[in-house]
Amino acid sequence: MYLTDEQQAVLNGSQGETMAKVMKTLVMYGDAFGADKLVAVTSEYNHLVTSFGLKMMKPVFDLMQQLIDAGAISGQKFSVDPRPLDKNVPANFLQNLIFNKIMYATQESYEKQLEQLGLMNDQAFTCACYFDEVGNTPKKGDILSWAESSAVVYANSVLGARCNRNSGIMDVMGSIAGCVPNFGLLTDEGRKATWIVKVECKEKPEAQLLGSAIGMKVMEDVPYVMGMEKWLGTELNDENKAYLKDFGAATASNGAVGLYHIANLTPEAKEQDEALIAEGAQVYVIDDAELKRVQDNYPVMWKNPAAKPKLCFVGCPHLSMEQLIRWTEDVEKGLKESGNKKVLVPTVFTTAPAVKEAFEKTEYAARLKATGVVLSYICPLMYMNNPLCKAMPVMTCSNKLRTYTTARFYTEDEILTKITKGV
Amino acid sequence: MKEFIGRVVTPGVVTAPAVVSHGGLNTLASFQGALQFGDKKATCGDQNNPDLYNKQLAGKALCLPQTIGSTTGGLVLYCACAMERQPACMLFSKPIDSLAAAGAILASVWLEGGNMPVVDSLGDEFLNYVKDGMSITVKDGGVVCVE
Repeated sequence: MYLTDEQQAVLNGSQGETMAKVMKTLVMYGDAFGADKLVAVTSEYNHLVTSFGLKMMKPVFDLMQQLIDAGAISGQKFSVDPRPLDKNVPANFLQNLIFNKIMYATQESYEKQLEQLGLMNDQAFTCACYFDEVGNTPKKGDILSWAESSAVVYANSVLGARCNRNSGIMDVMGSIAGCVPNFGLLTDEGRKATWIVKVECKEKPEAQLLGSAIGMKVMEDVPYVMGMEKWLGTELNDENKAYLKDFGAATASNGAVGLYHIANLTPEAKEQDEALIAEGAQVYVIDDAELKRVQDNYPVMWKNPAAKPKLCFVGCPHLSMEQLIRWTEDVEKGLKESGNKKVLVPTVFTTAPAVKEAFEKTEYAARLKATGVVLSYICPLMYMNNPLCKAMPVMTCSNKLRTYTTARFYTEDEILTKITKGV
Repeated sequence: MKEFIGRVVTPGVVTAPAVVSHGGLNTLASFQGALQFGDKKATCGDQNNPDLYNKQLAGKALCLPQTIGSTTGGLVLYCACAMERQPACMLFSKPIDSLAAAGAILASVWLEGGNMPVVDSLGDEFLNYVKDGMSITVKDGGVVCVE
């Protein structure tokens, strides 16, 4: 890989041993993928995936401290994934004890490290940092050093920024050095679609199911999705952005997709049309039967598959303002139809702290509260990541949460029926 | 005995029994439980991976096409290496993905003694040939012997 004189000097130790290691990490990373050079990070903010003070992550905290002690801090401020704890989320005595005293005992000290490294502010904890309310929204063409699979795929696909699927820790390395290796999704060639996905469903497919099917099929390749125009139109309005957020998160967690194109909708597809499709691209046709096959094959990890759900999570990735309003109206409507006053399953909606704050200023906040739904900024995935929750029948409409935990997947309509009507 | 040649991502020489995943390895789903709750064998916790679910990963020659899923994947591998619960080596039939590469490179640069030999681009034939329990020897120059 070509290095400038300055980059070579850093690699040789001109800024100390720690910065030399940072540069060596980036150079080895680039060499593994045939990068030709290091390019400057151009986004205003970075986004890190590691928000949780899990005890198992001591090696990460040690590394972070090594960086801080050497003055190797991020050149950009950054947002970070959601906090793993929120006292508003239902938990029993034992769960609280395990969460606070054992699993996340290092949360407070880790958040101090994040502040020292360059955290935007104490509200910047969300997987959906690109929401307007949060303020970390890259511009088209910006080069990023982000991690968080759902944020990376959104930034690439919906915003037209350029970012590889960087791992945690690698994300902050790029931000400290101010540069990232030029390969993969940073290049025009790497952004071409190697799969054509033809959606031939009779009705608008559930975003999280469609994304799951595509992720499992194309893995880390780039899909060009056709046939969505009749439902999504050609404009990136708030509803479409929320749909694509959930769709992308499923492609990234059920596979390893870092970029997708939606014909006539996402920025590069609108500009370049089918010129974005690489020669020899494979074809995957998705119809209702294929989506049913995918959903039917999800393993049910509940000890008793017929158990009554004890908890429901909606919002992985975090819900947008538009989704919060829509869910509030839908829950109210469902309760009215069933004659119930409150949801029948303890239910938690999750969103970014800044969106929560904005939502709480609207009339919908009181209406949602009246339904019994709890609104939280928590990361449901981190909440579920312990043996007590593993034994609990939790349901979700998030395919990401289903993938990493024992939560059982239901479509949004199924979830709505279960929490408002109990069937 | 059959020999395959791939590309060295992080160097090293090792012999270990194989565990084989024919689908992508979801690193977070596979390792999180083991790292969190003190399982030194690093038993695979990924319910969606029938090839590996409930099998020991620590100390094994992990043969796979690539890794998938959360971008915590690299740091999870890094933690596994720091806690000495990593596979003996990782052998990829395809070119390595960015998350696995990050984990191996971070361990190689930032840890003393946490190195994990990684070879990629071994080809589909490698993954078709290798079976659980076969003895794998990783030699210099990306040479992988399976017997």
